[in-house]
Amino acid sequence: MTQASLLRQITDYANRADPYPLYKELRRTPVLRDEDGPYLVSTYWEIQSLLHDPRTSSDARNLATTGGYGATPLEETSLPPSFIRLDPPEHDRLRRMAMRSFGPPHTPRRIHDMRDALHAIVTDLIDGLGNTDRIDLVEQFSYPFPVTVICRLLGVPREDEAHFRTWADIIAASLDPVPGEDPTERDRTTQQARNELGMYLAGLVEERRRKPGEDMLSELVTGKGPDGTMTTMEVLSTSVLLLIAGHETTVNLITNGMLTLMRHPEVLQRLRNEPGLAVPLVEELLRYEPPVQLIPQRTTIADIEVSGVTIPKGASLWLVLASGNRDPERFTDPDRFDPDRKDIQHLGFGSGIHACFGAPLARLEAQIALTELARRLDNPRLLEDPPPYRQSAVLRGPRHLHFACDGIRP
Amino acid sequence: MTGDGYVEWLKREGRIVIVGASLAGLRAAETLREEGFAGSLTMIGDEPYEPYDRPPLSKQVLLGKASAEHTALPRRRAIDARWRLGVAATGLDMAARRVRLADGDEVEYDRLLIATGVRARPWPRKEEAELDGVFVLRTRDDAVELHRRLAGGPRRVFVIGAGFTGSEIASACREQGLPVTVAERAAAPLVGPLGGVIGEVAARMQREHGVDLRCGVMVTRLEGDSTGRVRAAHLSDDAKVEADVVVVSLGATRNTEWLAGSDLGAGPRGIACDAGCRAFDFRGIVTDDIYVAGDVARSPHPLFGYQFLSLEHWGNAVTQAEVAAHNMISVSVDRRPHMWVPAFWSSQFGVNIKSVGVPSMGEELLVAQGSLAEGRFTAVYGYQNRVIGAVAFDQSRWLQFYQHLIETTAPFPPPFPTVDRRPEGRHPVPADFPDPSVPTHGPTVTLSGYSPADRRLTFTPGR
Repeated sequence: MTQASLLRQITDYANRADPYPLYKELRRTPVLRDEDGPYLVSTYWEIQSLLHDPRTSSDARNLATTGGYGATPLEETSLPPSFIRLDPPEHDRLRRMAMRSFGPPHTPRRIHDMRDALHAIVTDLIDGLGNTDRIDLVEQFSYPFPVTVICRLLGVPREDEAHFRTWADIIAASLDPVPGEDPTERDRTTQQARNELGMYLAGLVEERRRKPGEDMLSELVTGKGPDGTMTTMEVLSTSVLLLIAGHETTVNLITNGMLTLMRHPEVLQRLRNEPGLAVPLVEELLRYEPPVQLIPQRTTIADIEVSGVTIPKGASLWLVLASGNRDPERFTDPDRFDPDRKDIQHLGFGSGIHACFGAPLARLEAQIALTELARRLDNPRLLEDPPPYRQSAVLRGPRHLHFACDGIRP
Repeated sequence: MTGDGYVEWLKREGRIVIVGASLAGLRAAETLREEGFAGSLTMIGDEPYEPYDRPPLSKQVLLGKASAEHTALPRRRAIDARWRLGVAATGLDMAARRVRLADGDEVEYDRLLIATGVRARPWPRKEEAELDGVFVLRTRDDAVELHRRLAGGPRRVFVIGAGFTGSEIASACREQGLPVTVAERAAAPLVGPLGGVIGEVAARMQREHGVDLRCGVMVTRLEGDSTGRVRAAHLSDDAKVEADVVVVSLGATRNTEWLAGSDLGAGPRGIACDAGCRAFDFRGIVTDDIYVAGDVARSPHPLFGYQFLSLEHWGNAVTQAEVAAHNMISVSVDRRPHMWVPAFWSSQFGVNIKSVGVPSMGEELLVAQGSLAEGRFTAVYGYQNRVIGAVAFDQSRWLQFYQHLIETTAPFPPPFPTVDRRPEGRHPVPADFPDPSVPTHGPTVTLSGYSPADRRLTFTPGR
């Protein structure tokens, strides 16, 4: 196998169901220059150090090669990049303002206080699963749950939730780079979807400005902290980011979680008997089957030496989180799913200044969802293994997860 | 008996005594049990409480957000110890391997761990220190009393010393809307640990939050009224500040007096030990049965020129205790060095301050990211052209990177660009530490290998 073929194999859909042997191969060269351009980093300590390295940038304008919005002139109506694609100080300012209405120190109880509401949504969805001979966990549970939650949190009316799936799919697909492909056409489609979603949200923003509610959108629009208030455009790109991130990651965390549990029925049985297991179990899942497999959007603003390789300024960096999570130099017996693992500093949420903004919500959603599914599904079993996967190599997860069970407990 | 056989016997049925029942003592005890020590374990502490956590005392407890009773340290595992709480150790007989206690009792040991930590340095004039309303803040009891008095709504609080504790107390007062005056001998707060450039930022932060900050002054006298209550503080610039609560925050004194005459290498700077936490006797010979950990220890660190460092850091207490406990019950080849990179944090005026390395060794400073003017930044300290320390104000997520630079003795100033580098970060400036021969209160790292007054030895290894 040539080294260069690894990147193409990772993005090749044929390997989506089990990319881990490829990652193992990849780790033999911790920093690998791919013939298609990017430098792939696949070992735990190297990824960890680059996530904290102020010589790496998330701003596409620092990318020397083609691609990124610096290369594509944007229409004036386009949304500015959200904070995930910006560097400090702009990143810090926008993230700080968004955090004011989401988490500590200003809103420390927001997520905790959603516990009962999350539980109620989960209960409704499980009650409505219907015919137990063939259930699609993705369609009937994993997708609608986080969508409902993020819409409620932001303040998007329930009846509009359906619109999002198309936009979200297109925008999420843009995170999935295809080596060698000319990105222009896809960038255009993505921008269009972002703009349409932005236009829809702009309407909501206007309503909230007139009549603010308790939701995050209202607080983003009206909030006055030491950093001032977000402009309308900033509110829009932040909301688009939160909606997409809230849609596309937790779905996979829950689906990967149930898939893993059905492959490990003894753990499923334990979770049924000891709901407290959900907390370490979700952490182990984030290590073992992370919803975000890799971060393909970092750039170097200086030459950086990593593991004896000099990554030049302006290079594109791919940090393969899911590979770092299975690095035997960091975790003992890394390919074993072990919810009792004591030492579990995984890369599932990234690290550093871009560490997952929604992590507390994702954790709580997955803990509640998996505990309730384990408790209420009677003898669930997979109808196909592996299940069909979604296209994305970045946001990896099953497109459908068909299973049967003997019944639904009350 | 061979050395190996002794350690096996020790692990099975030896007697280990830990003097000091705080963070380091507890973590050491847990590590001993974790690593299979099955003998008898005695924990001696002069306070009546089981081990509790101190960082919340100057923050959440003063604000009434947490009660002092709820600061007990979480237990990692059962330690099955004999507790001798509320009784201080008063002496050590190294030859007979006994610790003397204040109640006249004696406890024998096969291995001893000393983790007696530090105590608040009191106001030097005893009569004034005993006035009602004059406080120090180090213990749980101190925090309960001070919180009670602050909750009673004093007209003004006067804080002597703007180190970390003094600044945190001032912050807690302002958060409760209490008028507060801070007097600091140096030119700015936090200059001992962080230098004058960062001190200026801290000074601005305090003033913006309504602290009446007086720098470059000393407190000459505390004045009481006829009922013995404090009523004012007199300053060296002839000013007089009326206050009904005075908090003395002049740093810490190491608890080593009980070792006087024991022939252990213990003094006002702490107890010298090797990198494996074994204490030295007064002749500089390492003991093999006495170990030290936590604030009271001072040990050589290879990253900082083998300087003896005393660290008043939470994380240091934990890791040093773990290393000491491991080494106490290991044969020599299995022992580990304690090489923790100094790190501490503080929270004040809504700002999260974190530091790694030894900033106080720094000669120059570079604002590598962010801006001093905005109060959000990461500054790097340079010593002899290498990176020696870093501090972040509300930017701690980058610190891991700078810690790595310190660990790898990277050049200073760092020769590369960083995200969020501003014009002020183009060139290093003098870090502006006060003259080291003038003792400052409250440095969190004390370089205790030599004092500038000592004659210095230089060792030049052959090539």
